[in-house]
Amino acid sequence: MNYEFQFSAVFESWDELAYGALNTLTLSATAMAIGMVVAVLGALGKTSGPAWLRNFINAYIELIRNTPFLIQLFMIFFGLPSAGIRLTPNTAALLALVVNASAYGIEIIRAGIESIQKGQIEAGKALGLKPLQVFRLIVLKPAVQAVYPSLTSQFILLMLNSSVCSTIAASELTAAAGDIQSRNFRSFEVYFVVTCMYFVLSLIFWGIFDLLERKYLRQPKTR
Amino acid sequence: MRVLGEGDILFILWAVRWTLLLSITAFIGGGLGGLLVALARTSEFAWLRAITSWYIKVFQGTPLLMQLFLAFFMPGIFGFNVDPWMAAALGLSFNASAFLGEIWRGAIEVVPKGQTEAARSLGLGYFTNMFLVVIPQAIKIAIPPTIGFLVQLIKGTSLASIIGFVELTRAAQIINNATFRPFTIFTMVAAVYFIVCFPLSAWSKRMEEKLRVGVR
Repeated sequence: MNYEFQFSAVFESWDELAYGALNTLTLSATAMAIGMVVAVLGALGKTSGPAWLRNFINAYIELIRNTPFLIQLFMIFFGLPSAGIRLTPNTAALLALVVNASAYGIEIIRAGIESIQKGQIEAGKALGLKPLQVFRLIVLKPAVQAVYPSLTSQFILLMLNSSVCSTIAASELTAAAGDIQSRNFRSFEVYFVVTCMYFVLSLIFWGIFDLLERKYLRQPKTR
Repeated sequence: MRVLGEGDILFILWAVRWTLLLSITAFIGGGLGGLLVALARTSEFAWLRAITSWYIKVFQGTPLLMQLFLAFFMPGIFGFNVDPWMAAALGLSFNASAFLGEIWRGAIEVVPKGQTEAARSLGLGYFTNMFLVVIPQAIKIAIPPTIGFLVQLIKGTSLASIIGFVELTRAAQIINNATFRPFTIFTMVAAVYFIVCFPLSAWSKRMEEKLRVGVR
């Protein structure tokens, strides 16, 4: 092995990497937030909408879940201009992530809604709780509890997936890495450091999600 | 710029063979690795469980694209030159081994401990017990999520296009660069992925539902 590592070439551009990581975080958090709003609406449509809406939502879910994210991204960035819709790389990346995450999100939220037994809600009403109280005290917490692991891992997946957006030159961490290595040709060093950065981000989020779960969601076991 | 011809369309569609070949290679490589990971994760040695737990964390906590980049650039450091095919097969295999290992660990742990205890007290060794008692019972539970992951893997092979391996997505990009008909071309490619992935997803879902009825 006579390879000379030159990590200093990478750390010279630390500000670009930090900025890229920040962009990745902003992009994925925004996409997750919008994606979840779409997912809640979609889940409501799927559980209580008319038949045509249910069919449409089902088709959407299957279409998105059975095609690669990269192709969805290309369709939005390169394909939509044919229909007269021209998006900047960053908007296209955000839209693609929202479209992708919401398809997975609908199924997750629906599972959460369906995990609540009807009897629970009826019991709440019988005890004289108002609809909002029923939702807050009886539906919300168990529903979130039921889907919390899928929801949080979906967020991590989304963040990791956003690296694919570098292919259309959206501003995020992997694109920053691409820029740096095209200047100094230290491909391995750059991508190694960036991989570590993604890993640290994942570890931080795993930690935060675990902490939140312990603080707010864990209940004394009744069974 | 030239017109999108029949030959171009055939070139794209026929490139699906590389997508499938890469998926199968990575599935086999990942399956072998995943078996080792699953066995290590359920072993009685704490250090082995700890190492593989971090192995899984690293692959589940970093982008697949980065894993492919590193698989492409890392061998060069040790003096090996790998082509995009080797790098993609290697990167995807390692990635799959982590995910399959975690799936199979779950399946192995569902098999009641009493089974192992009974087998060991009858004098069966570790491997005899694992392969003749535990794993045959775990397979039933493991199949649906394994097929589900296979769909992830097939979709993941599209990222091999970024390191320059000419499979379905890269073939589409090449033709698109020459003819510039992105909407037609990428719709077509999406349809091919869908035709490959949808039956697998549906199959996995159906088996999972069947299994759930059985458990209930």
